[in-house]
Amino acid sequence: MNNLDQIFVYAKYWLLSQLPGGVQSLVSIVLDIIAIIAVFGTCFALTTILERKGLGRIQNRYGPNRVGPCGLLQPMADAIKMLTKEDIVPFAADKVVHYLAPLVLTVPIWLAFSVIPFGREMSAIDLDAGVLFFFAVGGASELAVFMAGWSSRNKYSLVGAMRAIAQMISYEVPLVLATIPVIMLSGSLNLNKIVEAQSGYAFGVAQWNVFTPWGFAGFFLFLIAATAESNRSPFDLPEGESEIIAGFLTEYSGFKYALFFLGEYLGLFAVTALSVTLFLGGWHAPLQVLEFLPSWFCFFVKFAAIIAVFIWVRGTVPRLRFDQLLNFSWRFLVPLTLVNLLVAVVWHFTSLGAGLDQSLRWLISAAMIVPAYVYFGRALSPNRPTRIYQYAE
Amino acid sequence: MPNNISFYIFAVGVLATATAAMRLRNPVHCALAAAAAFAGLAVIYFQLDAEFISFAQLLIYVGAISILVIFAVLLTRGSDIQPGVELASPHWLTGLAIAVLVAFVIAVPVCSSSFGEKIAPKMTVAPVKLIGEELMTRYLFPLETMGLLLTVALIGAAVIALREPEESEIRNPKSEIRKQPTTEELVAEVQP
Repeated sequence: MNNLDQIFVYAKYWLLSQLPGGVQSLVSIVLDIIAIIAVFGTCFALTTILERKGLGRIQNRYGPNRVGPCGLLQPMADAIKMLTKEDIVPFAADKVVHYLAPLVLTVPIWLAFSVIPFGREMSAIDLDAGVLFFFAVGGASELAVFMAGWSSRNKYSLVGAMRAIAQMISYEVPLVLATIPVIMLSGSLNLNKIVEAQSGYAFGVAQWNVFTPWGFAGFFLFLIAATAESNRSPFDLPEGESEIIAGFLTEYSGFKYALFFLGEYLGLFAVTALSVTLFLGGWHAPLQVLEFLPSWFCFFVKFAAIIAVFIWVRGTVPRLRFDQLLNFSWRFLVPLTLVNLLVAVVWHFTSLGAGLDQSLRWLISAAMIVPAYVYFGRALSPNRPTRIYQYAE
Repeated sequence: MPNNISFYIFAVGVLATATAAMRLRNPVHCALAAAAAFAGLAVIYFQLDAEFISFAQLLIYVGAISILVIFAVLLTRGSDIQPGVELASPHWLTGLAIAVLVAFVIAVPVCSSSFGEKIAPKMTVAPVKLIGEELMTRYLFPLETMGLLLTVALIGAAVIALREPEESEIRNPKSEIRKQPTTEELVAEVQP
């Protein structure tokens, strides 16, 4: 059991022991990088095919089913198509910036994976300020989107880039505010320590952050903000096809387009991995009886579950209007995350020897967050007509 | 002093991008070069074991301030390239004098400090917790002052942005309603 849990760690050490001492530290770094690129590159390929199939099912059609068994080789075909396509750069484009934009988007996102613990003893670097590092390297993506939109010298591109920047900046606030309760209550910015703080079982069920009132509210706030942050439906205004062609991607083709596509999915994977780490107990098993499962397996099951939710949401919810998008962030998500911060504080101080009953703690927290949710939700559409029941009398 | 090759690579990179930020003709290119210089500085901070400052630099300068600069450039219609316009001010003597003065101001404290005389003891990476505790106890007053300053700036920005409805109010029929004569005035008008 323990061997299976640490199989990748042991494999790495065995490989390193075969090498001369001088290059071991360098090879260790390279191995970590290769592992991350291989795993999430594969995840990218698998997610594209699963997403297309899933969306197909939701929309009552088949989805890709021609290439390979059940269409599973579709990502290969897509890759070959993308890489052999002509790389078209508009005549009026700013060539250097146009060339750099996909790189500036994709490269920093790979860095974000380096602090995520994918299993027991399985994080590439153990940074003291891991959460901060994660958000810091994500900061470059706004710049990349702007570079892409501006350098294309195309009105649709620029409109798309401006939308994307406004959206990313607005939703970065609730995203970070939703993580703050987790940092406060685990007392660390280190992702390994945050996972450790969620260890242990009460009545056989894991003590994850999502099973506390602030964690429960925070998890959903975080997921909503993460959807917007990775420009996915229903927040996909930056590339709203029906309005502005493809937004900042309009003038990109071939390999550069593929890089943007990759960068977008990697951004989604990164925030998903972070949400698993922050709220779903990282690599801990959900039940005590399931503890025999390898830690990395638990992590990726949760990871896949959240990706499935993202696909489901994409197939279900229609796109927002731009003013709705901004109002939703500033008038709904941000106030709610602030209330959630207070809930976390109350939760923390009621545990300190006050001898309060668990259910009373839950009741107090719910009394804070639920009215806020109802109030801010109602305030979003003040002129909503009262529903008249014609046939339900 | 980090005596390794990567320090020199990034130092040269920062200097090159900083120079580019001043010398390039297109303001958007300048802003992007400045963002690259900020990122390079963050890497140098990281090499000096100043993790927290490095990430804060990335978050604030690359993630926020460079975007702000770009927005300012685009909104002021300054992104058009104007060929033939001399970028540097003709008063290069003034510029030189200012540069020498600034260099002097920086050089005096650097030379009077113990820099270069002895090698600083190897510092361990300051944990974020320690930084937070120091900010909340010893440096609480500067922190709160900065918070106040930022709040003032935020309110100021909101006030500037709010000016628009005032202008539209001039055209608004509401102001005309106020100008409508009262009944007494109407009566007075009718009476000879």
